[in-house]
Amino acid sequence: MNHEIIIAGFGGQGVLFAGKLLSYTAMLTNKEVSWLPSYGPEMRGGTANCSVMIKDEPIGSPLVVNPTEAIILNKPSFTKFEDKVVSGGKIIYDSTLIDCEHSRDDIEYVAIPATQLAYDMGANKSANMIITGKMIKETGVFTLDEVYETVKKLVPASKPELLELNRKAIAEGYNY
Amino acid sequence: MEKLLMKGNEAIAEAAIRAGCLRFYGYPITPQTEVSAYMSKKMPKVGGLFMQAESEIAAINMVYGSAAAGVRAMTSSSSPGISLKAEGISYIAGADLPCVVLNIVRGGPGLGGIQPAQSDYFQATKGLAHGDFQLVVLAPSSIQECVDLTYEAFDIADQYRMPVMLIGDGMLGQMMEPVTFPEEYKGRDLPEKTWATNGTQMKRKHNVVNSLYIEPNELEKLVVERYKKYDYIKETEVKYETENIKDADVVLVAYGTIARIAKSAMQKARNEGIKVGLIRPITLWPFPEKIISETAKKAKSFLAVEMSMGQMVEDVRLAVNGQADVHFYGRTGGVIPTPDEVYNKIIEIAGGAK
Repeated sequence: MNHEIIIAGFGGQGVLFAGKLLSYTAMLTNKEVSWLPSYGPEMRGGTANCSVMIKDEPIGSPLVVNPTEAIILNKPSFTKFEDKVVSGGKIIYDSTLIDCEHSRDDIEYVAIPATQLAYDMGANKSANMIITGKMIKETGVFTLDEVYETVKKLVPASKPELLELNRKAIAEGYNY
Repeated sequence: MEKLLMKGNEAIAEAAIRAGCLRFYGYPITPQTEVSAYMSKKMPKVGGLFMQAESEIAAINMVYGSAAAGVRAMTSSSSPGISLKAEGISYIAGADLPCVVLNIVRGGPGLGGIQPAQSDYFQATKGLAHGDFQLVVLAPSSIQECVDLTYEAFDIADQYRMPVMLIGDGMLGQMMEPVTFPEEYKGRDLPEKTWATNGTQMKRKHNVVNSLYIEPNELEKLVVERYKKYDYIKETEVKYETENIKDADVVLVAYGTIARIAKSAMQKARNEGIKVGLIRPITLWPFPEKIISETAKKAKSFLAVEMSMGQMVEDVRLAVNGQADVHFYGRTGGVIPTPDEVYNKIIEIAGGAK
């Protein structure tokens, strides 16, 4: 297993949380994992991203330079990372917010209208979970059950409604 | 043992509390503010004290006071804040008191930037402040090592009655990795703090904490004694990790997170049949001179990789002492070198060595 993942979007879209979900799941399934956020003033309303490494071997550099998978939730990040994806890699993007042309023929483009699906579900802030569900399906990095288990650990016990909501959103993306 | 996914900053704070740190004096600065935030939440729950001081200078002098009273005390900051703490650290060293100072380094000089850097190496290992003195400087490269070395830092500080610096960079502070904490920590056997100014109970003479010695001969004697302690530390406390150095033509020397990037570059070069090894100093002071000197008898070249304009490379050169070529690759100002950049430098050196 060798996933070098970038998750990028606007601050507030939940890209860091989506990265945490993948990282926790990797830890709970005994993979080697690291999570590295972009930090600083660019997070306030600007773009935010995180690097997630999921491997069988101990992780060297935690900084993803050329992702095997890029999960992209806004246009500026699409432009920034499209060229960086490794040949044969995947770019999974929110087609509600991104209408960029595909400029490469050596990577796979996976479009999912995550923001629209989130609105349709009545869960406006769940686009990050929907697109994460799609990523899990496309890559096979985890099973749906493994991710459900993680959601249980991440959602505070005082907010059981969030547990159900997140699971539904992940399933929505997974089955899209 | 339960695995937790934690940021470096939080893992260090948790480890410090578990190591018995009861006083933390902070002042916010990116990229280490999570240390203070974590301490402010947890310290009251363990009967300790978190205080946000009015400045870095105040914070380090509060550490001075707590250390004098024999309590495990800590402060943390990032580069510009450490410069402000420098005076206080010199006083603590001059008063032979133990404490732990964390520096999550960012780009400099001046206010510099907020992204990861290693440009405080000289400051930490050679000239943090005025006077003849040293800190033990520990440089973790993973979140688990952040935990392990935080325990170690408090023990070393207490054993030798001197300040210990933990040094990381913004990347290490901000990133998350799985960590475990020991159920029960068995630290070093430490002497009782009979020197602490914690009240005589009318049973002993009062203790004095002081760094002012007007009489030159008296001060010289004290400093010379302190340097005997430093010599002992040089013999006993050096920590490093090596990989693939036995047959290496090119030996990388890197510490902290950059050692991980160097490791990725080393693996790529090994896959291409180039014999590359890695020496990772864990203690920056005392510097692992001996292993570098020994390795230099066989290796053709050394490559120091740093997030600076080249600071540790000077210690590598001193240790190699002309036995091999010493090269440098670095990025600075908050720019993180990629494994490919380091790999390309390795190719350049290996090609030149043929």
